[in-house]
Amino acid sequence: MKRVQFSSPYLPYLFLAPQMAIIFVFFYWPSVQAIQSSFYLEDPFGFGSTFVGLSNYSDALGSVQYQSIARFTVVFTALVTFLSLGIGMLLAVKADAVLKGSAAYKTLLIWVYAIAPPVAGLMGMMFFDQHIGPLVKFAALFGWDMKVGLNYNDTAIAMIIVSVWKQIPYNFIFILSGLQSIPASVREAAAIDCRSGTRRFWTMTLPLLAPTAFFLLVINMTYALFDTFGVIDVMVKDKAANNPITLVYKVYMDGFRGNDLGGSSAQSVILMIVVFVLTIFQFRFIERRVHYN
Amino acid sequence: MAAISIKDVSKVYNGGVTAVSAVSIDIADGEFIVLVGPSGCGKSTLLRMVAGLETISEGEVTIGARVVNEIDPADRDIAMVFQNYALYPHMTVYENLAYGLKNRRTPKTEIDARVAEAARMLELQPYLERKPRALSGGQRQRVAMGRAIVRKPSAFLFDEPLSNLDAKLRVSMRGEIKRLQRRVGTTSIYVTHDQLEAMTLADRLVVLSGGRIEQIGRPLDVYHRPATTFVASFIGSPAMNLADGEVHGGKLALGPALIDLGPTVPTQGAVTVGLRAEDLRLHPEGKGSLPFRVDYVEELGAQRLVHGLVGDQLLVAAVSSENPLPETVSLSITPSRLHFFDRASGRRIDWPGEDRPETLAAGLPVLEAAAS
Repeated sequence: MKRVQFSSPYLPYLFLAPQMAIIFVFFYWPSVQAIQSSFYLEDPFGFGSTFVGLSNYSDALGSVQYQSIARFTVVFTALVTFLSLGIGMLLAVKADAVLKGSAAYKTLLIWVYAIAPPVAGLMGMMFFDQHIGPLVKFAALFGWDMKVGLNYNDTAIAMIIVSVWKQIPYNFIFILSGLQSIPASVREAAAIDCRSGTRRFWTMTLPLLAPTAFFLLVINMTYALFDTFGVIDVMVKDKAANNPITLVYKVYMDGFRGNDLGGSSAQSVILMIVVFVLTIFQFRFIERRVHYN
Repeated sequence: MAAISIKDVSKVYNGGVTAVSAVSIDIADGEFIVLVGPSGCGKSTLLRMVAGLETISEGEVTIGARVVNEIDPADRDIAMVFQNYALYPHMTVYENLAYGLKNRRTPKTEIDARVAEAARMLELQPYLERKPRALSGGQRQRVAMGRAIVRKPSAFLFDEPLSNLDAKLRVSMRGEIKRLQRRVGTTSIYVTHDQLEAMTLADRLVVLSGGRIEQIGRPLDVYHRPATTFVASFIGSPAMNLADGEVHGGKLALGPALIDLGPTVPTQGAVTVGLRAEDLRLHPEGKGSLPFRVDYVEELGAQRLVHGLVGDQLLVAAVSSENPLPETVSLSITPSRLHFFDRASGRRIDWPGEDRPETLAAGLPVLEAAAS
């Protein structure tokens, strides 16, 4: 580590100040607010609040609806993370092996990333539209009558497909650059030492990609938990209540549609704890097996 | 172990750039061949074609009895040592050595035995459990060599393996590679741009330039009878002096001087004359046949290199640094030590009057070259 000498001991704090201010205003302050209001029952019209202790938490955790949404969130997060990482990696490995016209090919794959989440949700809705959606028609070929927005499972599948589709380019970019940072001579040495391309991938490429993959694992989980909000919002908005939603969407529904600020705060604190624990777990148990160069 | 035959091999890249053109080399079983040339001469490309890391545009590469043009690198029964070692960073030294064997389904006991043997030969035993990043450059290079040795392949391919090491380590590793190759007796192709490395390691040298072979021969043969002006200027340090001269009758005109060539002459008319720096002798002015204006002197310790001009031609003379350097000097050379090259084509002109030292070192085992 390089030591930098400052002329004044306050100078480094001055440099840090803007970043700290942003973190404080947009992260710590709302977090403290959320924790505080999670112990109160707020009047919907803002005429005061009553201290209720932990009952917001017990209400949320005890509710059958909350539990089923939590279960869906787990399944949703696991599937979105696994599929978008897996497909992104497959595409990156294949694109990396393309020799002719690779630039055009890569650009086409990265392009999707430029689409904003609500637009992706909207496009996804069109793909799954009851009347004009090509994917619904495709499903109909196999005798599957897809009813996105009405049928719980169909909506869940559509939601997962759109979320995965949106995240693949992001993973693709990172994994591709990770692949290209593996020295050519190491790959060549492996080509001489090991005939099977598949085996080379598992014993050579994947371990050397591990730092990238670990970073993406954290990012993708956060994406699936929080950033899919836009996709979900477009897909279930104004639809019957029997639709799959994730915990983040429920926080929004309860807080801003149901005006239950206390309950919604309690839920977001629970989410915060879940993410906190997950992140610690990842750094403790997965990062240990990651080899950094 | 196997002989390798490279027959009329060419490499043409997309876009029509020819990196190697119609190169043929026959390498005997157990021979140590060094491909040497300046960067961009196609030596690495040629090696990579033998390894299977580059496709072969034209011609045929045979290892042992098999034509390997269409065979996968892993199935060619070769092992390669790379310039930047190319160790697997996530594996320990042991795993690095064992990786190639494991993938070939070698039994565990056999792997252990071979790794132990290689580790002993290369003095790597204390480091077997370490990762490459915890090793020094020299140790990494040893691991890279160990990875080649454990495989017991038909051929070793070395791609400038010493260029990343510092000068001192390079000299000791050079010796180590030579001894190791003698010991295991595996056919080797070694690529380098360093002519000194090439001279010291090779059973036979292949000098390449612009994708073509300039000369194939034993190091001292190449040194004493360079086939072209390119080889003359590339092999040897300092490089051979090349000067423009003219032969008229029995005399060579070199700048203002006339050298008597004796009864036989190589040719008549304009020639390129080659003079090895160590064949030139320094005399006080008037004693030698070539008047010499000293430009500057490089002191190398045992030797001193005197740079100067004969007429308008730049020459370097290597002289012992024990004798004091006179103020004004002249040079002389034994006419039989002169090299003659065709002025236009740069090809060597052999002549009966030349006299070269015996090229075989007495008493030392030197591999006889196969038919070239």
